[in-house]
Amino acid sequence: MAPAWEYSPAPESTDVVNVRDDYGLFIGGEFLEPLSGEYFKTINPATEEVLAAIPIASDEDVDRAVSAARAGFKKWNALKPAERAKFIFRIARVIQERSRELAVLESMNGGKPIKESRDIDVPLAAAHFFYYAGWADKLEYAFPGRTPKPLGVAAQIIPWNFPLLMLAWKIAPALATGNSVVLKPAETTPLTALEFARICEQVGLPPGVVNIITGAGATGAALVRHPDVDKVAFTGSTEVGKEIQRAVAGTGKHLTLELGGKAANIVFDDAPLDQAIEGVVNGIFFNQGHVCCAGSRLLVQESIAERFIEKLKRRLGTLRLGDPLDKNTDIGAINSRDQLDKIKKLVGVGVEEGAEIYQAPCEIPDRGFWFPPTIFTGVSQSHRIAQEEIFGPVLSILTFRTPEEAVEKANNTPYGLSAGVWTEKGSRILWMADRLQAGVVWANTFNRFDPASPFGGYKESGFGREGGRHGLEAYTK
Amino acid sequence: MSRVDVRKTYKLYIGGDFPRSESGRSYEVVGPKDEFLANAVRASRKDVRDAVVAAHKARAGWSSLTAYNRGQVLYRVAEIMESRHSDLAEEVARSEGRRGAGKQVDEAIDAWVWYAGWTDKVAQVMGNLNPVAGPYFNISSPEPIGIIGLVAPQAPSLSGLVSRLAPIICGGNAVVVIASEKHPLPAITLAECLATADVPGGVVNILTGHAWELVPVLAAHMDVDAIDVGGVSLELMEETERAAASNVKRVIHPRDASPYEVTAFMETKTVWHPKGA
Amino acid sequence: MGETVTFDLGLVDRIGGSVDAVGLEDRAGALAKRSIKKESKLFALELAIRCCDLTTLEGSDTPGKIRQLASKAKRPKASDPNIPHVAALCIYPRLVSLAAELLKGSGVKVASVATGFPSGQVPLDLRLEEIERALADGADELDIVISRGALLAGQEEVVFEEVAESKRVAGGAHVKAILETGELGSYDRIRRASLIAMAAGADVIKTSTGKISPASTLPAALCMAEAIRDFGDATGVAVGLKVAGGIRASKDAIRYLVIVNETLGPDWLTPDRFRIGASSLLNDLLMQIDFQRSGVYSDPDRYTLD
Repeated sequence: MAPAWEYSPAPESTDVVNVRDDYGLFIGGEFLEPLSGEYFKTINPATEEVLAAIPIASDEDVDRAVSAARAGFKKWNALKPAERAKFIFRIARVIQERSRELAVLESMNGGKPIKESRDIDVPLAAAHFFYYAGWADKLEYAFPGRTPKPLGVAAQIIPWNFPLLMLAWKIAPALATGNSVVLKPAETTPLTALEFARICEQVGLPPGVVNIITGAGATGAALVRHPDVDKVAFTGSTEVGKEIQRAVAGTGKHLTLELGGKAANIVFDDAPLDQAIEGVVNGIFFNQGHVCCAGSRLLVQESIAERFIEKLKRRLGTLRLGDPLDKNTDIGAINSRDQLDKIKKLVGVGVEEGAEIYQAPCEIPDRGFWFPPTIFTGVSQSHRIAQEEIFGPVLSILTFRTPEEAVEKANNTPYGLSAGVWTEKGSRILWMADRLQAGVVWANTFNRFDPASPFGGYKESGFGREGGRHGLEAYTK
Repeated sequence: MSRVDVRKTYKLYIGGDFPRSESGRSYEVVGPKDEFLANAVRASRKDVRDAVVAAHKARAGWSSLTAYNRGQVLYRVAEIMESRHSDLAEEVARSEGRRGAGKQVDEAIDAWVWYAGWTDKVAQVMGNLNPVAGPYFNISSPEPIGIIGLVAPQAPSLSGLVSRLAPIICGGNAVVVIASEKHPLPAITLAECLATADVPGGVVNILTGHAWELVPVLAAHMDVDAIDVGGVSLELMEETERAAASNVKRVIHPRDASPYEVTAFMETKTVWHPKGA
Repeated sequence: MGETVTFDLGLVDRIGGSVDAVGLEDRAGALAKRSIKKESKLFALELAIRCCDLTTLEGSDTPGKIRQLASKAKRPKASDPNIPHVAALCIYPRLVSLAAELLKGSGVKVASVATGFPSGQVPLDLRLEEIERALADGADELDIVISRGALLAGQEEVVFEEVAESKRVAGGAHVKAILETGELGSYDRIRRASLIAMAAGADVIKTSTGKISPASTLPAALCMAEAIRDFGDATGVAVGLKVAGGIRASKDAIRYLVIVNETLGPDWLTPDRFRIGASSLLNDLLMQIDFQRSGVYSDPDRYTLD
């Protein structure tokens, strides 16, 4: 037997980032101390080390930000669309210029593997701005028969799983359509959004067009409820999405929601199996499973289930869990202790319900928040782990016999964000795609994203689309 | 002595049938001069439930018809209404007054014809092939949302209803309508046109009764995917929109006729597939 | 696996499977991004030397050229006895007897191409005779070509028979079946050809002759590695992989090693089961080893050109 080949640590250098001790609220083009005077600590979830003090925006701070955005809206609309486009193009370029710095910062603050922040999050964020910049002076071609107008001040609340990318998904189309924004990043991952504020300064964006405020749920609630907000865009849990929908009820505010999911990744017996294995692995272990469209339910045809699960277990053995900044890390840190507790709790429920658990053999670091890649076999549709979003590296495996049964099981959920289909048969793919109630259907691939491709859910996964021409609709009237 | 006319009993329209309310209730409907016109059915929450069940059964069949087929059905509604033009005009006149009654019927018929032509064009105009940066085929196209709750405007009771109903079913949805509370009779006469125009039973279900009683139930129903709140009164609006959050319902505020009114009741589905030899 | 394995063409259909090109290339691309540093890089560079089939397959090859290469194969760096010898010297049949004499007792194997290399468009009896002659001249290993023409014409049984016959004639000598993946047109057919060659008894499947472009590619190698793994699962037989053609830089060699490591596992990280066919790669491996040890970039003229 040959000796194992251990890859030496290959950490990405952190000397490209300069994390400050404390940050301000970015309001009206300036970094301001919060009127509340209060701060919270943001940490690195892989080490639990404190990175910086982040201001908590109070109701008064929210009010200042919305007023600044109102003024910004006027300035922004005083510009010709082609000039607005140039500012957005500039943003795309600066993100590209500072890409490594942003990637490292994203991985430090959020725990995601550097290979993902470097190759996916940051390049896609830049691409989003580049894509929407081009729309800014072509909106009349996006909506035949209609003259689109901006909504005004957009309140945007984003999650912690793709901090900079979700910021891009929100801000790029809003700016391209002539709106101004107040954006609140997630409590646990504010750093790239605050660095983005610096980018707004660097490109010379008129003050108030983009405002970034930080804080927890209370700050977000105040922002949603502010009477001078015209549009609310939220990405996060279905639970909070429903609260927001209730909060804006009867106010006339425009609303788009991008919420949870429990996607089925459906593998037929004629699928290209090795690519399907990669798709399943990427579907649930990408970003530690902190992905709303994660393929968290594997539906595998019964005739190949045993063989497929064996292949999957073997593949799990090659996943490398550890330091998010190591270039060879496949599975990084869980974003927060809270999220880790939620994952542990639901995994415990799965075991209690009688599903069979398998966890990849990997060493868990002493500090930080970690959870090994986990699969459950023998899962029934009625199990909570087959119904509830775990938002972690946990896959529930079910089997099916016929295409009809696969569709029925896939759709048997209140969610409808995404789905995967793996088969070599073209007509079956199209048949399945027609019947799957999901905003995105990946056939023989999974978890692909592109600024030109609309993304968003059916049913309780939310409404409205982000990306593509359709993404403009959420910010125009 | 002149002949005594035979009066129509106005009932609900559920699953292609014309049942009375399971509650056995009715309410008095009067004309512009407060004269008695008829006793309309005062539907109950259970009738809402039954109507949603009927819509649920009908939705798969309706949405899987070819767009060409759906277009012909919508056009057939216009044909039937045209053949009953004077009848419908008389119904509107009795309810809302003679002025503009005929024009209201014209508008309703024309709306059906207009949307009949959209069934097989919406996906072309509103769908996209998306040029993603990678070796993938990527297409977005609109699909019906599912079951829609439609709160029809109080007036105009016929053309107001049709201007919302036509785009909703144009896209392939099934619908539960709460008709104008004040002028419910034209809606039920419209139902007779739908029933004879090849619209499959259950695709359109029409309830009459009190908005305060029915709208919150419809808005909260977990199997209703979207609600058109055009006819919801200001007093009921906040409650309706709050109730809609129970299952993240799409809340649609009507705008002028356009294909965007069709896609307002549609989801965009994006399908990816690799391109490799 | 308990049952006895019958090697026949039926195995190919039993194992079967298809390949999605984009997904495969994506995975190969992801593996190519592994960052191999420091100790793990030294390990890989040294391993790549041990797995190297030092190759010359030119019309201009002469006894003199073979003498130089044989010397290099035995001791890649004269000044450093700690550098291991390569796995084999890979040459045309006419030069085998000389190479066998030069490499005797060195541990470096003599690999002869055979069976109408590189096209394989030679009658079967002559191809088999070529194997016999090479063996008689002292070859330890045979790099044979499959009939791509027959495969593309749908005559899978012809390809199977040719490889099976070659193996029969070769006896205990290691048979490496060259698929010439660049001529097969799709990954599905590369997988199919891999399974046919393995079912016919090939000890190693090899990507390319090095005579056409594209030669070896990372996705083709990954596709073959996956076929080897599936064949092993079905039969319990461990087949080797050889990549060849156009591999000149250490970083490319390391990428292939990563593919093998993460697809077939550490058991394949040995010259018995993995080979890299190359000519100029060896000097780059030596240069990179020196850099890893000293931290100073070197100069190509400090490495012998053979």
